[in-house]
Amino acid sequence: MSKIFVVFRRELRSYFATPLAYVFIVIFLSLAAVFTFQVGGFFERGQADLQPFFRWHPWLYLVLIPAISMRLWAEERNSGSIELLMTLPITLWQAVVGKFLAAWCFAGIALVLTFPIWVTVNYLGSPDNGAIVAAYLGSLLMAGGFLSIGMCLSAATRNQVVAFITAALVGFVFLLAGFPLVLDFVRGVLPQAIVDAIASLSFFTHFEAISKGVIDLRDLVYFGALIGFWLAATALVLDMKKAE
Amino acid sequence: MITTKNLSKRYGDKLAVDDLTFTVAPGEVLGFLGANGAGKSTTMRMIAGFIAPSSGQVSVCGHDIEDAPVAAKSCMGYLPEGAPSYGEMTTAEFLDFVADVRGLTGERRRMRREIVVDRLGLAPVLQQVIETLSKGFRRRVGLAQALIHDPQVLILDEPTDGLDPNQKHEVRRLINDLGKDKLVIVSTHILEEVHEVCTRAIIIADGRIVADETPTALEARSRYHHAVSLRFDKPEELEAARREIALLPQVAEVESDARELRLTAVPKPGANPLSAVSAIIVKNNWDVPELHLESGRLDEVFRSLTEPPGPLKADAAQGAGA
Repeated sequence: MSKIFVVFRRELRSYFATPLAYVFIVIFLSLAAVFTFQVGGFFERGQADLQPFFRWHPWLYLVLIPAISMRLWAEERNSGSIELLMTLPITLWQAVVGKFLAAWCFAGIALVLTFPIWVTVNYLGSPDNGAIVAAYLGSLLMAGGFLSIGMCLSAATRNQVVAFITAALVGFVFLLAGFPLVLDFVRGVLPQAIVDAIASLSFFTHFEAISKGVIDLRDLVYFGALIGFWLAATALVLDMKKAE
Repeated sequence: MITTKNLSKRYGDKLAVDDLTFTVAPGEVLGFLGANGAGKSTTMRMIAGFIAPSSGQVSVCGHDIEDAPVAAKSCMGYLPEGAPSYGEMTTAEFLDFVADVRGLTGERRRMRREIVVDRLGLAPVLQQVIETLSKGFRRRVGLAQALIHDPQVLILDEPTDGLDPNQKHEVRRLINDLGKDKLVIVSTHILEEVHEVCTRAIIIADGRIVADETPTALEARSRYHHAVSLRFDKPEELEAARREIALLPQVAEVESDARELRLTAVPKPGANPLSAVSAIIVKNNWDVPELHLESGRLDEVFRSLTEPPGPLKADAAQGAGA
Protein backbone atom coordinates (compact mmCIF):
# COMPACT_ATOMS: atom_id res chain seq x y z
CA MET A 1 0.00 0.00 0.00
CA SER A 2 2.68 2.48 0.97
CA LYS A 3 4.57 1.76 -2.24
CA ILE A 4 1.50 2.72 -4.25
CA PHE A 5 1.53 5.96 -2.29
CA VAL A 6 5.22 6.58 -3.06
CA VAL A 7 4.60 6.12 -6.79
CA PHE A 8 1.42 8.21 -6.55
CA ARG A 9 3.17 11.10 -4.82
CA ARG A 10 6.05 11.20 -7.30
CA GLU A 11 3.72 11.08 -10.25
CA LEU A 12 1.38 13.78 -8.96
CA ARG A 13 4.32 16.07 -8.19
CA SER A 14 5.68 15.54 -11.67
CA TYR A 15 2.48 17.03 -13.14
CA PHE A 16 3.10 20.24 -11.30
CA ALA A 17 6.84 20.27 -12.06
CA THR A 18 6.06 21.20 -15.66
CA PRO A 19 3.77 23.90 -17.07
CA LEU A 20 1.49 21.12 -18.35
CA ALA A 21 -0.56 21.06 -15.16
CA TYR A 22 -1.25 24.78 -15.14
CA VAL A 23 -1.95 24.95 -18.85
CA PHE A 24 -4.34 22.03 -18.52
CA ILE A 25 -6.21 23.52 -15.59
CA VAL A 26 -6.55 26.91 -17.28
CA ILE A 27 -7.84 25.36 -20.50
CA PHE A 28 -10.21 23.06 -18.65
CA LEU A 29 -11.67 25.86 -16.58
CA SER A 30 -12.01 28.21 -19.56
CA LEU A 31 -13.69 25.63 -21.74
CA ALA A 32 -15.98 24.57 -18.91
CA ALA A 33 -17.01 28.22 -18.48
CA VAL A 34 -17.51 28.80 -22.21
CA PHE A 35 -19.70 25.73 -22.57
CA THR A 36 -21.72 26.50 -19.46
CA PHE A 37 -22.42 30.15 -20.12
CA GLN A 38 -22.23 30.59 -23.90
CA VAL A 39 -23.35 27.25 -25.28
CA GLY A 40 -25.31 25.91 -22.33
CA GLY A 41 -27.23 29.10 -21.69
CA PHE A 42 -26.73 29.00 -17.92
CA PHE A 43 -28.41 32.34 -17.25
CA GLU A 44 -31.04 32.17 -19.97
CA ARG A 45 -32.48 28.97 -18.57
CA GLY A 46 -33.39 30.71 -15.34
CA GLN A 47 -32.98 27.50 -13.34
CA ALA A 48 -30.83 27.08 -10.26
CA ASP A 49 -28.99 23.91 -11.25
CA LEU A 50 -25.73 22.93 -12.90
CA GLN A 51 -27.12 20.89 -15.80
CA PRO A 52 -25.61 23.18 -18.44
CA PHE A 53 -22.26 22.76 -16.69
CA PHE A 54 -22.18 18.97 -16.36
CA ARG A 55 -23.77 18.23 -19.73
CA TRP A 56 -20.59 19.14 -21.53
CA HIS A 57 -18.21 17.22 -19.34
CA PRO A 58 -18.15 14.08 -21.50
CA TRP A 59 -17.01 16.15 -24.47
CA LEU A 60 -14.52 18.16 -22.49
CA TYR A 61 -13.01 14.99 -21.11
CA LEU A 62 -12.89 13.36 -24.51
CA VAL A 63 -10.43 16.01 -25.66
CA LEU A 64 -8.69 16.99 -22.44
CA ILE A 65 -8.23 13.76 -20.48
CA PRO A 66 -5.97 12.19 -23.13
CA ALA A 67 -3.64 15.15 -22.50
CA ILE A 68 -3.24 13.94 -18.91
CA SER A 69 -3.05 10.25 -19.69
CA MET A 70 -0.78 10.37 -22.73
CA ARG A 71 2.39 10.96 -20.74
CA LEU A 72 1.79 8.32 -18.07
CA TRP A 73 3.82 5.54 -19.71
CA ALA A 74 4.81 6.90 -23.12
CA GLU A 75 7.05 9.50 -21.52
CA GLU A 76 8.65 6.95 -19.20
CA ARG A 77 9.39 4.71 -22.14
CA ASN A 78 10.72 7.56 -24.21
CA SER A 79 13.06 8.91 -21.53
CA GLY A 80 14.09 5.42 -20.41
CA SER A 81 12.98 6.00 -16.81
CA ILE A 82 10.62 3.05 -17.20
CA GLU A 83 13.70 0.84 -16.91
CA LEU A 84 14.40 2.37 -13.54
CA LEU A 85 10.81 2.13 -12.33
CA MET A 86 10.40 -1.48 -13.41
CA THR A 87 13.62 -2.61 -11.74
CA LEU A 88 12.68 -1.08 -8.39
CA PRO A 89 11.19 -3.55 -5.91
CA ILE A 90 7.54 -2.82 -6.66
CA THR A 91 4.97 -4.96 -8.38
CA LEU A 92 3.52 -4.07 -11.74
CA TRP A 93 0.17 -3.45 -10.05
CA GLN A 94 1.62 -1.01 -7.56
CA ALA A 95 3.14 0.99 -10.40
CA VAL A 96 -0.04 0.93 -12.49
CA VAL A 97 -2.39 1.81 -9.64
CA GLY A 98 -0.06 4.46 -8.21
CA LYS A 99 0.24 6.21 -11.54
CA PHE A 100 -3.47 5.97 -12.28
CA LEU A 101 -4.44 7.41 -8.90
CA ALA A 102 -2.04 10.31 -9.45
CA ALA A 103 -3.59 11.15 -12.81
CA TRP A 104 -7.07 10.76 -11.39
CA CYS A 105 -6.25 12.95 -8.45
CA PHE A 106 -4.93 15.58 -10.82
CA ALA A 107 -8.16 15.46 -12.83
CA GLY A 108 -10.00 15.73 -9.51
CA ILE A 109 -8.06 18.87 -8.61
CA ALA A 110 -9.05 20.45 -11.93
CA LEU A 111 -12.66 19.49 -11.27
CA VAL A 112 -12.65 20.88 -7.74
CA LEU A 113 -11.35 24.18 -9.09
CA THR A 114 -14.66 24.66 -10.87
CA PHE A 115 -16.21 25.37 -7.45
CA PRO A 116 -16.90 29.06 -8.22
CA ILE A 117 -19.71 27.95 -10.47
CA TRP A 118 -21.23 26.03 -7.61
CA VAL A 119 -20.87 29.12 -5.40
CA THR A 120 -22.49 31.18 -8.15
CA VAL A 121 -25.51 28.98 -8.52
CA ASN A 122 -25.98 28.97 -4.75
CA TYR A 123 -25.77 32.75 -4.70
CA LEU A 124 -28.34 33.13 -7.47
CA GLY A 125 -30.86 30.60 -6.24
CA SER A 126 -31.29 27.54 -4.09
CA PRO A 127 -30.20 24.47 -6.07
CA ASP A 128 -30.36 20.86 -4.94
CA ASN A 129 -26.85 20.63 -3.54
CA GLY A 130 -27.15 16.89 -3.05
CA ALA A 131 -27.70 16.47 -6.76
CA ILE A 132 -24.73 18.69 -7.50
CA VAL A 133 -22.46 16.63 -5.26
CA ALA A 134 -23.72 13.49 -7.01
CA ALA A 135 -23.02 15.06 -10.40
CA TYR A 136 -19.51 15.97 -9.33
CA LEU A 137 -19.00 12.37 -8.24
CA GLY A 138 -20.31 11.10 -11.58
CA SER A 139 -18.04 13.49 -13.43
CA LEU A 140 -15.04 12.30 -11.44
CA LEU A 141 -15.91 8.67 -12.14
CA MET A 142 -16.22 9.39 -15.82
CA ALA A 143 -12.85 11.16 -15.80
CA GLY A 144 -11.43 8.00 -14.22
CA GLY A 145 -12.93 5.95 -17.04
CA PHE A 146 -11.38 8.14 -19.72
CA LEU A 147 -8.08 8.14 -17.84
CA SER A 148 -7.89 4.38 -17.53
CA ILE A 149 -8.47 4.02 -21.28
CA GLY A 150 -5.80 6.62 -22.02
CA MET A 151 -3.35 5.02 -19.62
CA CYS A 152 -3.59 1.66 -21.34
CA LEU A 153 -2.98 3.22 -24.74
CA SER A 154 -0.09 5.23 -23.34
CA ALA A 155 1.51 1.98 -22.18
CA ALA A 156 1.41 0.65 -25.72
CA THR A 157 3.55 3.36 -27.30
CA ARG A 158 6.54 5.59 -26.65
CA ASN A 159 5.00 8.41 -28.66
CA GLN A 160 2.79 10.78 -26.68
CA VAL A 161 0.99 12.09 -29.75
CA VAL A 162 -0.02 8.57 -30.72
CA ALA A 163 -1.12 7.97 -27.13
CA PHE A 164 -3.25 11.12 -27.24
CA ILE A 165 -4.96 10.37 -30.52
CA THR A 166 -5.71 6.72 -29.83
CA ALA A 167 -7.04 7.60 -26.37
CA ALA A 168 -9.37 10.22 -27.85
CA LEU A 169 -10.51 7.75 -30.49
CA VAL A 170 -11.30 4.90 -28.11
CA GLY A 171 -12.90 7.39 -25.72
CA PHE A 172 -15.10 8.61 -28.59
CA VAL A 173 -16.33 5.08 -29.24
CA PHE A 174 -17.18 4.65 -25.56
CA LEU A 175 -19.06 7.93 -25.58
CA LEU A 176 -20.99 7.22 -28.74
CA ALA A 177 -21.89 3.66 -27.80
CA GLY A 178 -25.22 4.92 -26.43
CA PHE A 179 -26.08 7.07 -29.47
CA PRO A 180 -28.38 6.08 -32.34
CA LEU A 181 -25.44 6.61 -34.67
CA VAL A 182 -23.80 3.47 -33.32
CA LEU A 183 -26.89 1.62 -32.15
CA ASP A 184 -28.84 1.88 -35.41
CA PHE A 185 -25.82 0.63 -37.24
CA VAL A 186 -25.40 -2.52 -35.13
CA ARG A 187 -29.12 -3.13 -34.62
CA GLY A 188 -29.48 -4.46 -38.15
CA VAL A 189 -26.83 -7.13 -37.80
CA LEU A 190 -26.71 -8.04 -34.12
CA PRO A 191 -29.30 -9.54 -31.78
CA GLN A 192 -31.05 -7.21 -29.37
CA ALA A 193 -29.18 -8.55 -26.34
CA ILE A 194 -25.84 -7.49 -27.77
CA VAL A 195 -27.22 -4.13 -28.88
CA ASP A 196 -28.37 -3.56 -25.32
CA ALA A 197 -24.98 -4.61 -24.04
CA ILE A 198 -23.26 -2.11 -26.32
CA ALA A 199 -25.67 0.63 -25.31
CA SER A 200 -25.01 -0.14 -21.66
CA LEU A 201 -21.29 0.48 -22.21
CA SER A 202 -21.90 4.11 -23.03
CA PHE A 203 -20.42 6.74 -20.76
CA PHE A 204 -23.40 8.96 -21.49
CA THR A 205 -26.04 6.58 -20.24
CA HIS A 206 -24.30 6.11 -16.91
CA PHE A 207 -23.14 9.67 -16.50
CA GLU A 208 -26.53 11.20 -17.26
CA ALA A 209 -28.23 9.30 -14.50
CA ILE A 210 -25.65 10.34 -11.90
CA SER A 211 -25.48 13.93 -13.16
CA LYS A 212 -29.20 14.28 -12.48
CA GLY A 213 -28.50 13.35 -8.89
CA VAL A 214 -29.52 9.71 -9.04
CA ILE A 215 -26.77 7.55 -7.61
CA ASP A 216 -27.53 4.06 -8.81
CA LEU A 217 -25.31 1.24 -7.64
CA ARG A 218 -25.22 -0.12 -11.19
CA ASP A 219 -23.62 3.07 -12.49
CA LEU A 220 -21.00 2.97 -9.76
CA VAL A 221 -20.29 -0.66 -10.53
CA TYR A 222 -20.09 0.20 -14.22
CA PHE A 223 -17.39 2.83 -13.76
CA GLY A 224 -15.56 0.72 -11.20
CA ALA A 225 -15.52 -2.28 -13.52
CA LEU A 226 -14.52 -0.13 -16.50
CA ILE A 227 -11.55 1.35 -14.63
CA GLY A 228 -10.56 -2.06 -13.28
CA PHE A 229 -10.70 -3.57 -16.74
CA TRP A 230 -8.49 -0.92 -18.32
CA LEU A 231 -6.00 -1.00 -15.47
CA ALA A 232 -5.69 -4.76 -15.91
CA ALA A 233 -5.27 -4.18 -19.64
CA THR A 234 -2.49 -1.68 -18.87
CA ALA A 235 -0.67 -4.25 -16.73
CA LEU A 236 -1.11 -6.80 -19.49
CA VAL A 237 0.30 -4.45 -22.14
CA LEU A 238 3.31 -3.66 -19.94
CA ASP A 239 3.91 -7.33 -19.30
CA MET A 240 3.75 -8.08 -23.00
CA LYS A 241 6.21 -5.29 -23.74
CA LYS A 242 8.55 -6.80 -21.17
CA ALA A 243 8.55 -10.14 -22.96
CA GLU A 244 8.60 -8.64 -26.44
CA MET B 1 25.06 -14.63 -5.74
CA ILE B 2 23.82 -14.45 -9.31
CA THR B 3 23.16 -17.53 -11.38
CA THR B 4 22.00 -17.60 -14.96
CA LYS B 5 21.01 -20.82 -16.59
CA ASN B 6 20.67 -21.24 -20.36
CA LEU B 7 19.62 -17.63 -20.59
CA SER B 8 18.42 -16.64 -24.06
CA LYS B 9 16.65 -13.68 -25.59
CA ARG B 10 15.20 -13.67 -29.04
CA TYR B 11 13.99 -10.58 -30.92
CA GLY B 12 12.07 -11.85 -33.91
CA ASP B 13 14.56 -13.95 -35.83
CA LYS B 14 17.57 -12.49 -34.12
CA LEU B 15 19.06 -14.27 -31.15
CA ALA B 16 20.38 -11.39 -29.03
CA VAL B 17 21.52 -13.56 -26.14
CA ASP B 18 22.27 -17.18 -26.79
CA ASP B 19 22.30 -19.72 -23.97
CA LEU B 20 24.32 -17.93 -21.31
CA THR B 21 25.14 -19.91 -18.19
CA PHE B 22 27.35 -18.44 -15.49
CA THR B 23 27.56 -17.91 -11.76
CA VAL B 24 28.95 -14.87 -9.98
CA ALA B 25 29.78 -14.93 -6.26
CA PRO B 26 30.09 -12.11 -3.70
CA GLY B 27 33.55 -10.54 -3.74
CA GLU B 28 33.73 -10.82 -7.49
CA VAL B 29 33.72 -7.85 -9.84
CA LEU B 30 32.68 -9.25 -13.16
CA GLY B 31 33.47 -7.23 -16.26
CA PHE B 32 31.07 -7.74 -19.10
CA LEU B 33 32.78 -7.03 -22.39
CA GLY B 34 31.62 -7.11 -25.92
CA ALA B 35 31.25 -5.02 -29.04
CA ASN B 36 28.17 -2.83 -29.38
CA GLY B 37 25.16 -5.02 -29.96
CA ALA B 38 26.83 -8.15 -28.61
CA GLY B 39 24.12 -8.61 -25.98
CA LYS B 40 25.67 -6.98 -22.89
CA SER B 41 22.80 -4.66 -22.10
CA THR B 42 20.17 -7.25 -22.98
CA THR B 43 21.75 -9.68 -20.52
CA MET B 44 21.94 -7.07 -17.79
CA ARG B 45 18.35 -6.06 -18.37
CA MET B 46 17.26 -9.66 -17.99
CA ILE B 47 19.22 -10.00 -14.75
CA ALA B 48 17.70 -6.76 -13.46
CA GLY B 49 14.22 -7.95 -14.39
CA PHE B 50 13.41 -5.23 -16.92
CA ILE B 51 12.92 -7.62 -19.80
CA ALA B 52 11.82 -11.21 -19.62
CA PRO B 53 14.09 -13.91 -21.04
CA SER B 54 12.79 -15.94 -23.99
CA SER B 55 14.08 -18.99 -22.17
CA GLY B 56 16.34 -19.85 -19.25
CA GLN B 57 16.49 -18.62 -15.66
CA VAL B 58 18.08 -15.87 -13.64
CA SER B 59 18.41 -16.09 -9.90
CA VAL B 60 19.62 -13.19 -7.76
CA CYS B 61 20.41 -13.76 -4.06
CA GLY B 62 18.54 -17.04 -4.35
CA HIS B 63 15.35 -15.46 -5.74
CA ASP B 64 14.19 -16.23 -9.25
CA ILE B 65 13.69 -12.95 -11.10
CA GLU B 66 10.51 -14.20 -12.77
CA ASP B 67 8.90 -15.95 -9.81
CA ALA B 68 9.95 -13.61 -7.00
CA PRO B 69 10.76 -10.33 -8.75
CA VAL B 70 10.29 -8.04 -5.76
CA ALA B 71 12.60 -10.08 -3.50
CA ALA B 72 15.24 -10.30 -6.23
CA LYS B 73 15.01 -6.60 -7.06
CA SER B 74 15.20 -5.66 -3.36
CA CYS B 75 18.71 -7.05 -2.97
CA MET B 76 19.99 -5.54 -6.18
CA GLY B 77 21.03 -2.06 -7.29
CA TYR B 78 20.84 -1.36 -11.00
CA LEU B 79 22.24 1.42 -13.14
CA PRO B 80 20.58 1.14 -16.57
CA GLU B 81 22.45 2.10 -19.72
CA GLY B 82 22.47 5.86 -20.11
CA ALA B 83 21.52 6.36 -16.43
CA PRO B 84 17.88 7.33 -16.97
CA SER B 85 16.10 9.20 -14.21
CA TYR B 86 13.16 11.53 -13.77
CA GLY B 87 14.45 14.70 -15.39
CA GLU B 88 11.95 17.06 -13.82
CA MET B 89 12.91 16.12 -10.25
CA THR B 90 15.77 17.59 -8.27
CA THR B 91 18.60 15.29 -7.24
CA ALA B 92 17.37 15.34 -3.63
CA GLU B 93 13.76 14.54 -4.57
CA PHE B 94 14.88 11.74 -6.84
CA LEU B 95 17.08 10.12 -4.19
CA ASP B 96 14.26 10.47 -1.65
CA PHE B 97 11.88 8.78 -4.06
CA VAL B 98 14.19 5.81 -4.58
CA ALA B 99 14.87 5.58 -0.83
CA ASP B 100 11.10 5.52 -0.20
CA VAL B 101 10.45 2.84 -2.81
CA ARG B 102 13.34 0.85 -1.36
CA GLY B 103 11.64 1.08 2.03
CA LEU B 104 14.43 2.98 3.81
CA THR B 105 13.25 4.81 6.92
CA GLY B 106 14.46 6.87 9.85
CA GLU B 107 18.10 7.04 10.84
CA ARG B 108 19.24 4.48 8.28
CA ARG B 109 17.59 6.43 5.46
CA ARG B 110 19.29 9.65 6.55
CA MET B 111 22.64 7.89 6.90
CA ARG B 112 22.54 6.06 3.58
CA ARG B 113 21.53 9.22 1.78
CA GLU B 114 24.40 11.11 3.34
CA ILE B 115 26.84 8.36 2.41
CA VAL B 116 25.91 8.18 -1.27
CA VAL B 117 25.72 11.97 -1.64
CA ASP B 118 29.14 12.26 -0.08
CA ARG B 119 30.67 9.34 -1.95
CA LEU B 120 29.50 10.54 -5.36
CA GLY B 121 30.04 14.23 -4.72
CA LEU B 122 26.42 15.20 -5.26
CA ALA B 123 26.20 17.83 -2.52
CA PRO B 124 26.51 20.81 -4.90
CA VAL B 125 23.65 19.64 -7.14
CA LEU B 126 21.15 18.35 -4.57
CA GLN B 127 18.65 21.13 -5.22
CA GLN B 128 19.21 21.20 -8.98
CA VAL B 129 16.75 19.71 -11.46
CA ILE B 130 18.26 16.55 -12.97
CA GLU B 131 17.66 17.43 -16.62
CA THR B 132 19.83 20.53 -16.22
CA LEU B 133 22.79 18.52 -14.91
CA SER B 134 25.86 17.63 -16.94
CA LYS B 135 26.23 14.11 -18.28
CA GLY B 136 28.78 13.26 -15.60
CA PHE B 137 26.53 14.37 -12.77
CA ARG B 138 23.56 12.51 -14.21
CA ARG B 139 25.62 9.35 -14.34
CA ARG B 140 26.60 9.87 -10.71
CA VAL B 141 22.98 10.46 -9.71
CA GLY B 142 22.22 7.12 -11.36
CA LEU B 143 24.99 5.45 -9.40
CA ALA B 144 23.79 7.03 -6.15
CA GLN B 145 20.30 5.69 -6.83
CA ALA B 146 21.70 2.19 -7.37
CA LEU B 147 23.73 2.31 -4.15
CA ILE B 148 21.31 3.98 -1.77
CA HIS B 149 20.01 0.81 -0.14
CA ASP B 150 23.49 -0.72 0.24
CA PRO B 151 22.63 -3.68 -2.00
CA GLN B 152 24.45 -7.00 -2.01
CA VAL B 153 24.36 -7.13 -5.79
CA LEU B 154 25.16 -4.29 -8.17
CA ILE B 155 24.51 -4.29 -11.88
CA LEU B 156 26.14 -1.31 -13.57
CA ASP B 157 25.70 -0.80 -17.29
CA GLU B 158 28.58 1.38 -18.48
CA PRO B 159 29.04 3.27 -15.22
CA THR B 160 31.95 5.43 -16.43
CA ASP B 161 30.50 6.44 -19.78
CA GLY B 162 30.53 10.22 -20.15
CA LEU B 163 32.71 10.88 -17.11
CA ASP B 164 35.93 12.86 -17.24
CA PRO B 165 39.21 11.09 -16.32
CA ASN B 166 39.07 12.19 -12.67
CA GLN B 167 35.49 11.06 -12.26
CA LYS B 168 36.30 7.80 -14.00
CA HIS B 169 39.09 7.23 -11.52
CA GLU B 170 36.72 8.00 -8.63
CA VAL B 171 34.07 5.58 -9.89
CA ARG B 172 36.65 2.84 -10.43
CA ARG B 173 37.86 3.31 -6.87
CA LEU B 174 34.27 3.11 -5.71
CA ILE B 175 33.72 -0.14 -7.60
CA ASN B 176 36.94 -1.56 -6.18
CA ASP B 177 35.73 -0.75 -2.66
CA LEU B 178 32.29 -2.23 -3.30
CA GLY B 179 33.82 -5.35 -4.80
CA LYS B 180 35.44 -6.28 -1.50
CA ASP B 181 32.28 -7.71 -0.01
CA LYS B 182 29.63 -7.33 -2.70
CA LEU B 183 28.93 -8.78 -6.08
CA VAL B 184 29.36 -6.32 -8.92
CA ILE B 185 28.70 -6.77 -12.61
CA VAL B 186 30.00 -3.95 -14.79
CA SER B 187 29.69 -3.65 -18.51
CA THR B 188 32.18 -1.55 -20.37
CA HIS B 189 34.04 -1.25 -23.58
CA ILE B 190 36.95 0.55 -22.03
CA LEU B 191 39.51 -2.20 -21.75
CA GLU B 192 41.91 -0.49 -19.36
CA GLU B 193 38.99 -0.43 -16.94
CA VAL B 194 38.81 -4.20 -16.94
CA HIS B 195 42.31 -4.49 -15.61
CA GLU B 196 41.74 -1.82 -13.02
CA VAL B 197 38.45 -2.96 -11.49
CA CYS B 198 37.52 -6.48 -12.53
CA THR B 199 38.51 -9.74 -10.91
CA ARG B 200 36.94 -11.63 -13.76
CA ALA B 201 35.98 -10.83 -17.31
CA ILE B 202 33.38 -12.35 -19.59
CA ILE B 203 33.64 -11.48 -23.24
CA ILE B 204 30.50 -12.00 -25.28
CA ALA B 205 30.15 -11.90 -29.04
CA ASP B 206 26.88 -12.46 -30.87
CA GLY B 207 25.18 -13.28 -27.59
CA ARG B 208 27.57 -16.08 -26.64
CA ILE B 209 30.35 -16.26 -24.08
CA VAL B 210 33.67 -16.45 -25.92
CA ALA B 211 35.93 -16.03 -22.88
CA ASP B 212 35.44 -16.20 -19.12
CA GLU B 213 38.63 -15.74 -17.09
CA THR B 214 40.67 -13.27 -15.03
CA PRO B 215 41.97 -10.17 -16.83
CA THR B 216 45.52 -11.47 -16.32
CA ALA B 217 44.68 -14.76 -17.99
CA LEU B 218 43.05 -12.86 -20.83
CA GLU B 219 46.17 -10.82 -21.33
CA ALA B 220 48.23 -13.99 -21.39
CA ARG B 221 46.28 -14.98 -24.50
CA SER B 222 47.76 -12.02 -26.30
CA ARG B 223 50.59 -12.56 -28.74
CA TYR B 224 52.23 -9.64 -26.90
CA HIS B 225 52.24 -11.55 -23.61
CA HIS B 226 55.89 -11.38 -22.47
CA ALA B 227 56.82 -9.29 -25.47
CA VAL B 228 59.83 -7.04 -24.87
CA SER B 229 59.59 -3.41 -25.91
CA LEU B 230 62.67 -1.22 -26.36
CA ARG B 231 63.31 2.35 -27.30
CA PHE B 232 66.57 3.50 -28.86
CA ASP B 233 68.27 6.85 -29.25
CA LYS B 234 70.15 6.08 -32.45
CA PRO B 235 68.49 4.80 -35.66
CA GLU B 236 71.50 2.64 -36.58
CA GLU B 237 71.31 0.82 -33.27
CA LEU B 238 67.61 0.14 -33.85
CA GLU B 239 68.42 -1.38 -37.22
CA ALA B 240 71.19 -3.58 -35.80
CA ALA B 241 69.00 -4.67 -32.91
CA ARG B 242 66.17 -5.56 -35.25
CA ARG B 243 68.41 -7.96 -37.18
CA GLU B 244 70.06 -9.50 -34.16
CA ILE B 245 66.93 -9.96 -31.98
CA ALA B 246 65.03 -11.57 -34.85
CA LEU B 247 67.55 -14.42 -34.78
CA LEU B 248 66.82 -15.31 -31.13
CA PRO B 249 65.14 -18.71 -30.76
CA GLN B 250 62.56 -17.29 -28.30
CA VAL B 251 61.41 -14.57 -30.71
CA ALA B 252 58.70 -15.14 -33.28
CA GLU B 253 58.70 -11.72 -34.86
CA VAL B 254 60.18 -8.27 -34.45
CA GLU B 255 58.07 -5.19 -34.99
CA SER B 256 59.84 -1.87 -35.27
CA ASP B 257 58.81 1.71 -35.60
CA ALA B 258 61.59 3.77 -37.21
CA ARG B 259 59.99 7.12 -36.45
CA GLU B 260 59.61 6.54 -32.71
CA LEU B 261 62.76 4.38 -32.62
CA ARG B 262 60.80 1.65 -30.92
CA LEU B 263 61.10 -2.08 -31.27
CA THR B 264 58.93 -4.90 -29.96
CA ALA B 265 60.12 -8.49 -29.84
CA VAL B 266 57.04 -10.72 -30.04
CA PRO B 267 57.82 -14.04 -28.34
CA LYS B 268 57.05 -17.53 -29.55
CA PRO B 269 54.14 -19.03 -27.55
CA GLY B 270 55.21 -19.75 -23.97
CA ALA B 271 58.65 -18.16 -24.35
CA ASN B 272 60.06 -15.18 -22.47
CA PRO B 273 62.83 -13.45 -24.44
CA LEU B 274 63.63 -10.82 -21.78
CA SER B 275 66.97 -12.19 -20.55
CA ALA B 276 68.18 -13.04 -24.05
CA VAL B 277 67.30 -9.56 -25.30
CA SER B 278 68.99 -7.82 -22.40
CA ALA B 279 72.09 -9.97 -22.90
CA ILE B 280 72.31 -8.73 -26.50
CA ILE B 281 71.93 -5.13 -25.39
CA VAL B 282 74.72 -5.50 -22.83
CA LYS B 283 76.95 -7.30 -25.33
CA ASN B 284 76.62 -4.56 -27.95
CA ASN B 285 76.68 -1.77 -25.40
CA TRP B 286 73.61 -0.07 -26.96
CA ASP B 287 72.01 2.97 -25.51
CA VAL B 288 68.51 1.85 -24.49
CA PRO B 289 66.61 4.47 -22.45
CA GLU B 290 63.48 2.31 -22.17
CA LEU B 291 62.86 -1.38 -21.82
CA HIS B 292 59.84 -3.20 -20.53
CA LEU B 293 58.16 -6.56 -20.50
CA GLU B 294 54.56 -6.44 -21.72
CA SER B 295 51.89 -8.43 -19.93
CA GLY B 296 49.74 -8.57 -23.02
CA ARG B 297 47.40 -6.30 -24.90
CA LEU B 298 43.73 -6.67 -24.00
CA ASP B 299 42.52 -4.78 -27.03
CA GLU B 300 44.27 -7.27 -29.28
CA VAL B 301 42.77 -10.25 -27.40
CA PHE B 302 39.36 -8.56 -27.49
CA ARG B 303 39.61 -8.07 -31.24
CA SER B 304 40.73 -11.59 -31.96
CA LEU B 305 37.84 -12.98 -29.89
CA THR B 306 35.02 -10.75 -31.05
CA GLU B 307 35.85 -9.86 -34.62
CA PRO B 308 33.96 -12.04 -37.06
CA PRO B 309 36.37 -13.88 -39.37
CA GLY B 310 33.81 -13.38 -42.15
CA PRO B 311 33.59 -11.14 -45.21
CA LEU B 312 34.37 -7.90 -43.40
CA LYS B 313 37.98 -8.92 -42.85
CA ALA B 314 38.37 -10.39 -46.32
CA ASP B 315 37.10 -7.14 -47.84
CA ALA B 316 39.54 -5.13 -45.80
CA ALA B 317 42.42 -7.35 -46.88
CA GLN B 318 41.40 -7.05 -50.51
CA GLY B 319 41.09 -3.29 -50.21
CA ALA B 320 44.58 -3.12 -48.74
CA GLY B 321 45.92 -5.31 -51.53
CA ALA B 322 44.42 -3.13 -54.24
